[in-house]
Amino acid sequence: MLITTVLNGKSLRQEVPADKTLLDFLRENGCLSVKRGCGTENCGLCTVWVDGTPVLSCSYPLPRIDGHEVTTLEGVREEAAAFGAYMAGEGAEQCGYCSPGFIMTVLAMERELRNPAEEEINAYLAGCLCRCTGYSSQMRAIRKYLEKRHETD
Amino acid sequence: MASFQNYIFPESLEDAYELLQANRRNAVIGGNGWLALGRQKLHTAIDLSRLGLGQIRVGPAYVEIGAMATLRQLERELPGSLLACCVKPIAGVQFRNLATVGGSLYSRFGFSDPVTALMAMDTTVLLHRQGDVPIVDFVWQKPSRDIVLGCRVENNGRRAAYQTLRLSATDLPVLTVAVSRLGSDWRVVVGARPGKAMLAEEASRLLSEGKADAGTAASAAAEELSFGSNMRGSGGYRRQIAQVLIARAIEQLHGEGGLAIC
Ligand SMILES: Cc1cc2nc3c(=O)[nH]c(=O)nc-3n(C[C@H](O)[C@H](O)[C@H](O)COP(=O)(O)OP(=O)(O)OC[C@H]3O[C@@H](n4cnc5c(N)ncnc54)[C@H](O)[C@@H]3O)c2cc1C
Ligand code: FES
Ligand code: FES
Repeated sequence: MLITTVLNGKSLRQEVPADKTLLDFLRENGCLSVKRGCGTENCGLCTVWVDGTPVLSCSYPLPRIDGHEVTTLEGVREEAAAFGAYMAGEGAEQCGYCSPGFIMTVLAMERELRNPAEEEINAYLAGCLCRCTGYSSQMRAIRKYLEKRHETD
Repeated sequence: MASFQNYIFPESLEDAYELLQANRRNAVIGGNGWLALGRQKLHTAIDLSRLGLGQIRVGPAYVEIGAMATLRQLERELPGSLLACCVKPIAGVQFRNLATVGGSLYSRFGFSDPVTALMAMDTTVLLHRQGDVPIVDFVWQKPSRDIVLGCRVENNGRRAAYQTLRLSATDLPVLTVAVSRLGSDWRVVVGARPGKAMLAEEASRLLSEGKADAGTAASAAAEELSFGSNMRGSGGYRRQIAQVLIARAIEQLHGEGGLAIC
């Protein structure tokens, strides 16, 4: 079927199979940041935004993006790099495989929650798994990043 | 991932319903959360997302929740409510932005958090062909090839307490408990037994007649309901846990505690 979407700011019109996953579509269109960590909706590594809302691309029905906008890490490079620097600074990036999905979720959280408490951050990020870090370093990176953003606002 | 050849956005509910009857391998696609995990070979996916079923309406008498409203919408649009509370532990935010209320109702999962909570309230499931069906009947009737339009919950001041046990955050529940109260009318519902949610009639009656404290009512519920075993826990373990969670929920409802529907 024919779908029209805006991917990272660029219009795209493509003939796609009805049952392809959004994840495969994105990777085939050059967004290699999008990872399939599990394919069973558990890990959050495949997180992208549809109209600014974070969703799992491993299960989002591809035809439904017709007429909607999709954003991957490639579409928010500057912001991702800014937060990524805090992650690197705290040793929150080990193998790095989980980072794109994690960063997309953190940036979505930043837009959605005002001054979140640690408990709210944990709840928002509960769907992002990481096999390497143990999460403490990630929490430190988020805290410092949000504090800095708050100061410059 | 379930496979299908066609993907259609019907223009009306009647078109959607006819399409669903046209072929046994046609299926409604909600959030695709559950369908995506299966290996079903389907013919046509029927997408309801352009039929205006994604709304939550809060009125003086009812709260109406459209089938395509997502679990996350319950948290954002009904903050502090029973439904917001019961969906919070389900997987992650990115998943709850997909999974729908309609898909959750239609699937009638034993482990369902929202079905447990809705059963403790005065809830009617709205179906395209069959019409309005009380949630207990809906959950226990044989699934038919109908379309869930959403549900309607009476906004009558009934308050509920929700309790669940999970082996780890984001996992499926080992047990779900919702206890509600409207004046002296009490209702005790237990799900993830691991079978479908059930009303504990005896325990509810004892509480409503003022004949039991939290502990006694909780024991009565644990006694009258059946519990089974699966990889998350044995039937015996569930029966023990049920008593604790039910007693806690009852305690929460004494005084002004508990959560409303909105
Ligand atoms: C990894 C994972 C973890 C989960 N954890 C929990 C949990 O902890 N607690 C919990 O309560 N639930 C849990 N669920 C279930 C989840 O909350 C949803 O209930 C489930 O995904 C179904 O909703 P959906 O919108 O994704 O439906 P879909 O997957 O799109 O559809 C499911 C079924 O319902 C049918 N259907 C969908 N919408 C309609 C409609 N409007 N009318 C008629 N038929 C319809 C479909 O044809 C299909 O048969 C989990 C699911 C997954 C995949
Ligand atoms: S690949 Fe989508 S949640 Fe793991
Ligand atoms: S850094 Fe390796 S999985 Fe997260």
